[in-house]
Amino acid sequence: MASQNYYDPADLKKFGNITQWSKELGEKFFEYYGKVFEEGALSAREKSLIALAVAHTEMCPYCIDAYSQDGLQRGITKEEMMEAVHVGAAIKSGASLVHGVMMMNKVNKLEM
Amino acid sequence: MLKEKRNKQQTLHKRHSELAMANKQLEKLSNGIFANGELPTFSEKINETDQFPLRPKKLEILQINVGYMCNQVCEHCHVDAGPDRKEIMTRETMQQCLDVIRNTGAHTLDLTGGAPEMNPDFRWFVDEASKAGIQDFIVRSNLTIIRANKKYYDLPEFFKKHNVHVVSSMPHWTRGKTDKQRGEGVFDQSIKALQELNAVGYGMPDSNLRLDLVYNPSGAFLPGDQASMEKDFKKALLEDFGIHFHSLFAITNLPISRFLDYLIASENYEDYMYSLVEAYNPVAVKNVMCRNTISISWDGYLYDCDFNQMLELKVASKIQHISEYNEAVLNDRKIIISQHCYGCTAGAGSSCQGAVTE
Repeated sequence: MASQNYYDPADLKKFGNITQWSKELGEKFFEYYGKVFEEGALSAREKSLIALAVAHTEMCPYCIDAYSQDGLQRGITKEEMMEAVHVGAAIKSGASLVHGVMMMNKVNKLEM
Repeated sequence: MLKEKRNKQQTLHKRHSELAMANKQLEKLSNGIFANGELPTFSEKINETDQFPLRPKKLEILQINVGYMCNQVCEHCHVDAGPDRKEIMTRETMQQCLDVIRNTGAHTLDLTGGAPEMNPDFRWFVDEASKAGIQDFIVRSNLTIIRANKKYYDLPEFFKKHNVHVVSSMPHWTRGKTDKQRGEGVFDQSIKALQELNAVGYGMPDSNLRLDLVYNPSGAFLPGDQASMEKDFKKALLEDFGIHFHSLFAITNLPISRFLDYLIASENYEDYMYSLVEAYNPVAVKNVMCRNTISISWDGYLYDCDFNQMLELKVASKIQHISEYNEAVLNDRKIIISQHCYGCTAGAGSSCQGAVTE
């Protein structure tokens, strides 16, 4: 039965099912995804915090659910998680605000 | 989410909670999502890889629970231990344990509780047991007991004298997370106790006096990678408090007793069981601790593990008591399982010695 909500927490568990309609692309995605989060030049812990920040800027409820839990499992503290979210929020608001320069350029060009 | 205000500092027994009874816990673990087929039972799951029935391997560890009395009332405790628990091993039962310890093929003796140090015959027992020549003699200390009363202040020296391997709980390197799980003030006292253990040589880099820490999650989530957690713990405890220790054991909270009560009250039970089943690792089944351990209760009964002890599931053997102990007969038994066993097979697996796979 179709859910009454656009977002359903139970759908997160079904993420893997996307391979059903395109096996090759789906599997390639999950392989890539898994590889990205492996320990590398950045630690898996650092990557988890980046993912959490991006989850917020993307406003993805599934990702927020997954990476809040992932953070706890890695022993990441609430303070660290909130700071990461602020980094995302700062970039997001900065990205809006820096366009103010574009507005200023335009206005300056048009105004006498 | 609305959370019912819960009385945190009391055992389930003291609260007269239904979940203080083992059969009520087992009922919960067999009903609902496991009865309606939403999730496979543990026996169905291990049967997929032909590992049912689960059988013992060579016995390596004798784990003795010398009593459920404890100075702490941790929120996640699978023993439902606390100051009000009066189940304490007598010297007579200890004597029977010693007869077994002197003749066992096991290389490890593991004393647990409650706070084992609160048993009035604890020191006598350690004295006697240490003469048996067991290779690895573990005492699971909750740390705060060392600071709880003057009569315990010399425990670090006592442990050292008997070359005891100390294994201690430390849920996090931050005060907030630790106190939330284990009680107000536990973090500061644990830090002091660790410093005192370090002072007599425990946990120091080149020391033979082994000090290992146990991490278990302070909430409804699974432990992360043990090696990464160990690295983080070592860095934080050394930088912030100058504390050294040897290894970190990451242990999954099993859904029984007070942790089960917490899962239900916080409406996390089903999600937690889902995450345990999803993280099921058939390789971990090969190394679960019930396959190389015998757990002995305060009253001398024998169990496959400390969790089964708390669920009152005695070994399926004609020998069920320490007074009639026979290793060969005991080793020819089927291990009793239920859905709580998923806690030992999630991810890298979990045991009293931490993860069970690489």
